[in-house]
Amino acid sequence: MMRALLLAVTALFLGLFLALPLAAIFGEALRRGWGVYWAAVTEPAALAAVRLTLFAAAVAVPLNLVFGLAAAWAVARFRFPGRSALVTLIDLPLAVSPVVTGLMYMLVFGLQGWLGPWLWERGIEVVFAVPGIILATIFVTLPFVARELIPLLEEQGEEEEQAARLLGAGAWQTFRRVTLPNVRWALLYGVILSVARAFGEFGAVSVVSGHIRGRTNTAPLHIEILYNEYNFAGAFAVATLLALTALGTLAARAALEWRTREAV
Amino acid sequence: MSIEVRNVSKTFGDFAALRDVSIEVKAGELVALLGPSGSGKTTLLRTIAGLETPDPGSGDVLFEGRPLSELPEPERKVGFVFQHYALFRHMTVFENVAFGLRVRPRAVRPSETGIRDRVTALLQLIQMENLARRLPSQLSGGQRQRVALARALAIEPRVLLLDEPFGALDARVRQDLRRWLRRLHDEMHVTSILVTHDQDEALEVADRIVVMNRARVEQTGTPDEVFHNPASEFVMDFLGHVNLFHGRVESGRTVIGGVALESPGQPEGARARVLVRPHQLQIERAVEGQTALRARVVRVQSAGPVVRIEVRSETGETLRVDLSHDAYELTPVQRGDEVFVKPREARVFLEDYSI
Repeated sequence: MMRALLLAVTALFLGLFLALPLAAIFGEALRRGWGVYWAAVTEPAALAAVRLTLFAAAVAVPLNLVFGLAAAWAVARFRFPGRSALVTLIDLPLAVSPVVTGLMYMLVFGLQGWLGPWLWERGIEVVFAVPGIILATIFVTLPFVARELIPLLEEQGEEEEQAARLLGAGAWQTFRRVTLPNVRWALLYGVILSVARAFGEFGAVSVVSGHIRGRTNTAPLHIEILYNEYNFAGAFAVATLLALTALGTLAARAALEWRTREAV
Repeated sequence: MSIEVRNVSKTFGDFAALRDVSIEVKAGELVALLGPSGSGKTTLLRTIAGLETPDPGSGDVLFEGRPLSELPEPERKVGFVFQHYALFRHMTVFENVAFGLRVRPRAVRPSETGIRDRVTALLQLIQMENLARRLPSQLSGGQRQRVALARALAIEPRVLLLDEPFGALDARVRQDLRRWLRRLHDEMHVTSILVTHDQDEALEVADRIVVMNRARVEQTGTPDEVFHNPASEFVMDFLGHVNLFHGRVESGRTVIGGVALESPGQPEGARARVLVRPHQLQIERAVEGQTALRARVVRVQSAGPVVRIEVRSETGETLRVDLSHDAYELTPVQRGDEVFVKPREARVFLEDYSI
């Protein structure tokens, strides 16, 4: 009885706040037929927005993969002054509101900012241009890889690595044959979270983008513009793309969790 | 390969793990580093392996006379068996053992068949050929231990270092494995150093024992030497159960209660601690002369290889006496009996040491 009640409450809650809105997106997007849907997602501005989103993620995620690995390695394996400060700093992007992040970049790289004029004179645009969007994306996705890896590396300890070194493996061989395989699922999980965040980021990117249609609009920004223009079919059509990537992320995550359980 | 540790000190922050430690291991020897936890034995082993570096300005570790710091890592060929095995968790037993061969530079790497032959031979040696495809998580503790050993042996080490190799195993498996290790050592003659806190293990397995205490070497010697001729009260106490008596030196003899022991050359009037092993005490029903301690039997345990008798002496000490079953039959005592206890042998240490 209690169990049935709990399940009913959970199902109702999830249905009301998750399943229904998700269904609404697809319903709204397809309300005026596949033709309109197709036109909305293949319209040049929409394609440009999707392309820019993919591009920003393609630059930000690999950079954070490398940074996350290096930072996690340093934190888990070495004791150095400023270590706990580094751990705190890695978490900073999760604590700071994305809008504030965007404003920070404006302050530094904007034309009235500290470095902006100097860069402008040399023909480098950061804000209201693609570099700003990439910087903002890097910032908001920075914690995910490192946060997945640090606890795992600390739990596994360094004895396997020491064993590998004593068996004659060099530093790179040790990393590739021992460390990396041991953390590969956590690493992939961190990447998936980073990708999801990179695709969906709105606040920080919105501030630095300048909303130049076809040039500095990412998919989430494009959706907002369409919506503000009362182009609901278009807005929801592009939204389905993001919703699909989110569902894909969830599926990948579930598959990973299943795979990790198998491996242990 | 011979190993020499020369005046090595190692500190971690404020903690001194090794203070001016020197030991020598001859080629082909099996040496045990024996001591309580925190005595520095594992740090010494890790320093020999090159996993820790001696404090700057202190001594060095020499492999056949060459300082370890000048030997490139691939030439060291140190086989190390970690206390918790440190097997590569994502690799099968076969791949764990093959690792040291696979990571060699191409020029000196055996062919795939060469690797397979060598690994198979090692798996036969540890009697695990049929478990080659298992992952470490699917093995028992004793099996993991053997895989760790085979993995270390695969690189044909010039020295084999074992950190509490049987520490995490149950008593029966421990005994089997340590006999097996000794046989293996007799066949292969690879210079080996074993860390243990178990005196029975050290006495049974090692050619020589280095007893460590508080970051220093307390005594080095064969099992017989350290057991029968302990250099300090600590060594005697650590290598087996001892009965402790407090006495005083009087005209060349140490006097405990009614018993006087010859102890020439010690300062008159000094307070002395007298250590007697349980098998060095004998029990009599009637006193002969004045050279025995009066005591009352508290407990008799005759199930076992020796009869273990616990008595409380007139001076209030609880003593343990081990008698052979034959000797016990000559003087069968019961709980509550009044008896006389006499040391056949004892070691006298002047009171400058405290446990």
